[in-house]
Amino acid sequence: MSTSSHAPAAHGHDAHGHGEHPKFLAHHFYTPEQQLTSAKLGMWLFLAQEILFFGGVFMAYIALRFFYPGTFLAAHEHLNKLAGAANTIILLTSSLTMALAVRAAQVGNKKSLINNLIWTILFACAFMVIKYFEYSAKFEHGYLPGKYYHGHGIEGAPHVFFGLYFTMTGLHGLHVLIGIGVLAWVLIRASKDEFGPQFYAPVENVGLYWHLVDLIWIFLFPLLYLVR
Amino acid sequence: MTTATDTISAGHHEAESHGGSYLDRKGVLSWIFTLDHKRIGLMYLGAVSLFFLIAGLLAVAVRYELMTAAPDLVDGNTYNKLFTLHGAIMVFLVIIPSIPASLGNFVLPLMLGAKDVAFPRLNLLSLWIYFFGASFMVYSILDKGLDTGWTFYTPYSTSTSTAVISATTGAFILGFSSILTGLNFIVTIHKMRAPGVTWTRLPLFLWAIYSTSVIQVLATPVLAITLLLLIIERTLGIGIFDPAMGGDPVLFQHFFWFYSHPAVYIMILPGFGVISELVTVHSRKHIFGYKAIALSSLAIAIISFLVWGHHMFVSGQSELASAIFSFLTFAVAVPTAIKVFSWVATLYKGSIHYNTPMCYALVFLFLFTIGGLTGIFLGTLSTDVHLHDTYFVVAHFHYVMMGGTLIAFVGGLFHWWPKMTGKMYSEFAGKLSALLVFIGFNLTFFPQFIMGSQGMPRRYHEYLPQYQTYHLWSSIGSFVLAAGLFIAGGALFFSLFGSRKAEKNPWGGISLEWETTTPPHEHNFHGQPAVNCGPYDFPEIDHTQEKAHA
Repeated sequence: MSTSSHAPAAHGHDAHGHGEHPKFLAHHFYTPEQQLTSAKLGMWLFLAQEILFFGGVFMAYIALRFFYPGTFLAAHEHLNKLAGAANTIILLTSSLTMALAVRAAQVGNKKSLINNLIWTILFACAFMVIKYFEYSAKFEHGYLPGKYYHGHGIEGAPHVFFGLYFTMTGLHGLHVLIGIGVLAWVLIRASKDEFGPQFYAPVENVGLYWHLVDLIWIFLFPLLYLVR
Repeated sequence: MTTATDTISAGHHEAESHGGSYLDRKGVLSWIFTLDHKRIGLMYLGAVSLFFLIAGLLAVAVRYELMTAAPDLVDGNTYNKLFTLHGAIMVFLVIIPSIPASLGNFVLPLMLGAKDVAFPRLNLLSLWIYFFGASFMVYSILDKGLDTGWTFYTPYSTSTSTAVISATTGAFILGFSSILTGLNFIVTIHKMRAPGVTWTRLPLFLWAIYSTSVIQVLATPVLAITLLLLIIERTLGIGIFDPAMGGDPVLFQHFFWFYSHPAVYIMILPGFGVISELVTVHSRKHIFGYKAIALSSLAIAIISFLVWGHHMFVSGQSELASAIFSFLTFAVAVPTAIKVFSWVATLYKGSIHYNTPMCYALVFLFLFTIGGLTGIFLGTLSTDVHLHDTYFVVAHFHYVMMGGTLIAFVGGLFHWWPKMTGKMYSEFAGKLSALLVFIGFNLTFFPQFIMGSQGMPRRYHEYLPQYQTYHLWSSIGSFVLAAGLFIAGGALFFSLFGSRKAEKNPWGGISLEWETTTPPHEHNFHGQPAVNCGPYDFPEIDHTQEKAHA
């Protein structure tokens, strides 16, 4: 490094001379491509930590199911499989509309981008509505988590099962809510015409996040609703 | 010192003529809302130093209590709160953010030749999250007290009446800060390198930061979910960790150590990185075994995820599991020893300058070697059963965390201080501090190895008279250690008001952070720097390089 020098070609990129810097390009990046790949790598790392985060509750699930196999089998019958299946289909479809939204952003089709984002948000809301009715039904029967459990008719340690059920689906639901928030944020930016073939990293990153939320549900559904 | 600056100064007179430094802008708001990685690094440094002072004084209070066998200064409950506060602050607020968040933030983009980290706003966000989480945690511990130790073991943590929920919430929040910083650094190292800064030309400090960041991103979320589940267990009683509610306390220990063992490498790896810089720059010799040191950081990061069970040898986990964890733990010694041998080989026949940073590097080598070797005792199943929960463990982890990480932190601070502030400190005070720290540290913690091996248990505020002498020496040592650290802090602090301006490159380093002005310009470099040789190819030693450049 002893001979490092200023590459002549780079002089135009001096911090003070923003001449050729497009508006969407942050000052510390040199090319849009560098910014895009940085954003995507950052998102993948974020998703990696999300997986490790959820890995904890999945691990807890494995341990507790091993302790209480009978309870898990008996208690899961009290979950609404139809609602769970409906939510699975809803989330899978929302992943499709999300993927279409990313594609629309990449090719610069603003109308399709906005439509698909709206559909994705609507599906996410539908998921939460169904979840709300499911939770309400559980509360009515006293199937509350942990020490608040006062349901009847399930042998073993149902408070553990429902504790885990509410923890896992609650954390997932929280991620869905956050997803609705960031989708709305991207929708507003899209309506301001901020995205196009040159700059679509926020749409793509929100898409990646949304697919992960979908994917986690794909595991939650069989583990909680379809115990055998 | 004839240094590399001679060969590069020609290209830089124009840069210096621009003038200006990142410190020029005044006003509180220019700090609170800054996106400049250098200012963010300095703010982390300020916070870390403050918490280091607080937690250090708590440690001195603990040692003061332990001078006599009887409880005289505080009662048992207060003592539990004192060491819990000391441990929790030191681990979560000082050691984990110390090197990466302060020195790393400052130096990393400079070393890469970048204008900033990849996500400056995220960087500022992690600083705010750190401040918020730190205040939250400290306030809750001070308000209601916490007596669980920093490990929050169940079932005690689900039944004690102290502030477990708010303190773990604080740690949970701090975790976000750690994750975001790690994520930011990984992306920055991948994407923001200047032309010519290839992976094999990365300064070794960055390889260490990179490995640290990988652990931060992958291990911290597990702590987050663990603490969240602990909070849920306490509030809802869902029966995960508390046996009274149908849970498994050993499951909590598995969860906790799955993060917290890798976390000790979050703490030590950046220290390794700093030492790699100090040893080579201050001995004017090319680092020995560049690739071996770089890859051993990654190797440690990977193995760190496979050894958590060695904290649980007496928890009732299966003997087979314990034996496997024991052998995996030995595997950590291999990459660690590669590093230590490489540093020693770097010093061999080097032109060693006993500057303050080098003195601290030598202190590190001595202390860390003791700390690392005693780790083998504890990783060995049969001896650990005897030494578990004794002062031997306390001495071991202080030798690696304090004698390793924090000594490297202080050494690194002396190394990069001239670049960060533009001021030179008193070499005499710096070296005196290193000497006192060395003496004080060994006096404090070496007797603890002895009394630990004789059965003195940890976490007790009164003890049998037979341990009195060791405790007395240990306490005296802690006062010497504190004095040394105060002198170190004073040397740095008062240099700010002194008149001794630092040169651009006082040590003759040739990695990119020494190429820019002192203190650096707001955007680090004027124009984009480029690089065509390794970070340790010192011209006066590597004659082939010199010729190639001429």
